[in-house]
Amino acid sequence: MSVVKRISNALAAVAVLPAVALGDNQVNMSPGVTSIGAEIYDLHMLIMIICVVIGIGVFGVMFYSIIYHRKSRGVVPSQFHESTKVEVAWTVVPFLILIGMAVPATSTLLEVYDNDDAELDILITGYQWKWKYEYLDENGENVSFFSNLATPQEEIYNTDQKGEHYLLEVDEPLVIPVNTKVRFLVTANDVIHSWWVPEIAVKRDAIPGFINETWTKVPEEGIYRGQCTELCGAYHGFMPVVVHAVSREEFDAWMGSKRADKAAQVAASAVDLSLDELMTRGESVYNSQCLACHGAQGEGGVGKAIAGSAIALGDVGAHLDVGIKGVAGTAMQAYGSQLSDVDMAAVITYQRNAFGNNTGDVIQPSDVVNHKQG
Amino acid sequence: MGDHHHGPAKGITRWLFTTNHKDIGTMYLWFSFAMFILGGTFAMIIRAELFQPGMQLVEPGFFNQMTTLHGLVMVFGAIMPSFVGLANWLIPMMIGAPDMALPRMNNWSFWILPPGFLMLASTLFMEGGAPAFGWTFYAPLSTTYAAPSVTFFIFAIHVLGASSIMGSINIIATVMNMRAPGMTYMKMPLFVWTWLITAFLLVAVMPVLAGAVTMMLMDIHFGTSFFSAAGGGDPVLFQHIFWFFGHPEVYIIILPAFGVVSQIIPAFSRKPLFGYASMVYATASIAFLSFIVWAHHMYTVGMPVAGELFFMYATMLIAVPTGVKVFNWITTMWRGALSFETPMLFCIGFLVLFTIGGFTGLMLSIAPVDFQYHDTYFVVAHFHYVMVAGAVFSMTAAVYYWLPKWSGRMYNETMGKVHFWISFIGFNITFFPQHFVGLAGMPRRIPDYALQFADFNMMSSIGAFIYGASQILFLYNVLATIIAGKKVTDEKVWDGAEGLEWTVPTPAPYHTFEVPPKLDPAHAHG
Ligand code: HEC
Ligand code: HEM
Ligand SMILES: [Cu+2]
Ligand SMILES: [Cu+2]
Repeated sequence: MSVVKRISNALAAVAVLPAVALGDNQVNMSPGVTSIGAEIYDLHMLIMIICVVIGIGVFGVMFYSIIYHRKSRGVVPSQFHESTKVEVAWTVVPFLILIGMAVPATSTLLEVYDNDDAELDILITGYQWKWKYEYLDENGENVSFFSNLATPQEEIYNTDQKGEHYLLEVDEPLVIPVNTKVRFLVTANDVIHSWWVPEIAVKRDAIPGFINETWTKVPEEGIYRGQCTELCGAYHGFMPVVVHAVSREEFDAWMGSKRADKAAQVAASAVDLSLDELMTRGESVYNSQCLACHGAQGEGGVGKAIAGSAIALGDVGAHLDVGIKGVAGTAMQAYGSQLSDVDMAAVITYQRNAFGNNTGDVIQPSDVVNHKQG
Repeated sequence: MGDHHHGPAKGITRWLFTTNHKDIGTMYLWFSFAMFILGGTFAMIIRAELFQPGMQLVEPGFFNQMTTLHGLVMVFGAIMPSFVGLANWLIPMMIGAPDMALPRMNNWSFWILPPGFLMLASTLFMEGGAPAFGWTFYAPLSTTYAAPSVTFFIFAIHVLGASSIMGSINIIATVMNMRAPGMTYMKMPLFVWTWLITAFLLVAVMPVLAGAVTMMLMDIHFGTSFFSAAGGGDPVLFQHIFWFFGHPEVYIIILPAFGVVSQIIPAFSRKPLFGYASMVYATASIAFLSFIVWAHHMYTVGMPVAGELFFMYATMLIAVPTGVKVFNWITTMWRGALSFETPMLFCIGFLVLFTIGGFTGLMLSIAPVDFQYHDTYFVVAHFHYVMVAGAVFSMTAAVYYWLPKWSGRMYNETMGKVHFWISFIGFNITFFPQHFVGLAGMPRRIPDYALQFADFNMMSSIGAFIYGASQILFLYNVLATIIAGKKVTDEKVWDGAEGLEWTVPTPAPYHTFEVPPKLDPAHAHG
């Protein structure tokens, strides 16, 4: 939608008020797809309706007064100013209404807290500014990956048309099977984040050093989108959550391919690549992983400048060290466990040859493997 | 200012060295207005960035600095000092005292404020920028991960806290010791009552806030790990401490506003306040409850379910005394003889909008539903209904109501009414749609948003610009009144006004009640 059109819409909305604006905009909570979501929605509606009814009564009395008890009508003010009976009534009645609200609220809350009998455990870890998903496996064969914002910078900085799922799209979504009780173990690596998907009514804070539990059971296949909801630094607005709920068969197939990927990655670390291949791959890794802090031109920002950096122009080992182990106590994380060895080799090669850092150095995946082994 | 023996000093020293409660009150009021404009400017930057999806004006990091400073400046710089200013002007005049009990400390508690805020604002120009961790400054974002300016932020909080504590001790001492003979507690005007209770809340919780920021300081500079699990601490501990301060804080903000409304509604209804005693008890119960509900801000941190239930039930209970207050105000209006001068309009605006904020508060108190509301724009809408339409509207009403008494000049009524209507409409255009986007899933504190939120955000921004602009009208009206307003000399500026402050000459002389007044027994609690 063009800017002008949107401004005029908004102005129309202001003028004629809700009716126009409401048209195609969501104005209420969604019941979502889960049974808990539906219960929460019912509670929300129940309490809102009670409030609206009380509100109509209270404001009704007030406006009656405003219209009929005005000085300009020449009324003589009454002087009453006390009544214990009335005071007791409007203390006791609201109290009883509250009890009526507390009963269903308690039962829904107990359900939200029932984490037992999960069939699948997923460890969710919040990082500045992405999520890591790890499928816990009884045999220790965990599958894990990072999920990053997929919206390109050009869309964010308005040089490109924004897509349908602007800011709510990721490179790799969380995949879960439908009709399966999935337990989420939620934690964080740096600051506090919060993992939220409105359509499945799950929100839980991710707290570094502690593990929170929550769960869901999604009955319908589909794509559900959400966001981080706890302020976690500069790019807090740019760490969406996307969940794909798929059939059991699809899930098993996906899991199989993930395991195969893992094996392929190990094999790939043994193969040498050309400078060009490394640069192309390195650029895409850089743009998705490092750009937020180090800048599109390597000019720095939250992180230090890469262009002309002493580390990027100096000893390769020291550069690998920063990439793999990070810099303790700063926003520079240890990427060793986040990137595959191929990606690490590519991004380090890229940093050493892009932004005018023409060192000509080529770092191979095997160099990364060797460096990690010390 | 007739009495030449005790007139104010000349020039700047009048303000620097003054121990006069009226001068200090005036300085507090102007200072808080300046902070209101500063915090408002930050808000305009926020709303301008959010006018459309995409990043246009500022970078995400700077956006967070704006939301943080906006919250801090509005809460600690605009709302709190404005009510302290009102207390300074009015409490001695309402209880028939010549001044505050501790006038020198009074001077000090004001004069440390401007340097405190200067320090806070100066962080904007520091390396790494101003604090960017939200006005709730959750650790470890505000400790290990904060910009170096956080140390100045901590010091600034200490200064503001010290100022508040001194101000409250002064109010407590004044109310307890300086009441005119015959002014028993249950005859005090409600504004005095609500401030007395607020002052106790402040003395109880500001030291807790000081403790929280000191622990941050230790974590940052002295190697402790209060809020870091790696060293055996707990980030959630920070939230418990913060909200043990923070929830009473929201009542510190609203109780004096309740007091103001309880003075003004009877005046323009020409009828005594309904249920005076129950108002006092309701205020006291709210104050008590405010200490045992803090974790309703933390429903999603993963508390045990028993804790969750306790905090839910306790929070729901607050609705009872809050409801009593609203019912009492409306019953005060019932069968009165109402007129709608600007102060009354702002009070009616308060009544309607604060009640809406109370309803959303009740909705938020339901823990399982709060999982969907928490940290969305729905919460932003809630607290702006209670803080802007509650505290700021009542403060505006107070200025219009007492300005003629303070200055001896009448403001322009038409302009005042226009100010009300623009504020009221602008406020609702800004904040009502925020309920919708919050329910539809828009998180708070984000500089950019998904496309489905675009229409309401633009509407919200337009409303914000309208509300912001209307404050210029307010400033103009006040200045024009002080400089060239129509003179008023009646002691009782408003025919329905009751209370000792309306028995002194208009404008109120530099010193009032040097001899305690004789109370008219017929006029209990004016
Ligand atoms: C969350 C922000 C952030 C992200 C994302 C990030 N970095 Fe950094 N990076 C930093 C910070 C902060 C520093 C400076 C650390 C210090 O104080 O020494 C840094 C420093 C570096 C340095 C050393 C620069 C110098 O001259 O000292 C290198 C090399 C580096 N990062 C590589 C990377 C790579 C490769 C990636 C992507 C895989 C990446 N960074 C992603 C924040 C980030
Ligand atoms: C009926 C009375 C009230 C109830 C039951 C209530 C309840 C709540 C709850 C449960 C929250 C947490 C929501 C969340 O973060 O998910 C909240 C937030 C908030 N409330 Fe209220 N509230 C009430 C009145 C007030 C008043 C009078 C004020 C201040 C004048 C206030 C100011 C705030 C603020 C500032 C926040 C948000 C703090 C933040 O996270 O930044 N509330 N309220
Ligand atoms: Cu976040
Ligand atoms: Cu609270």
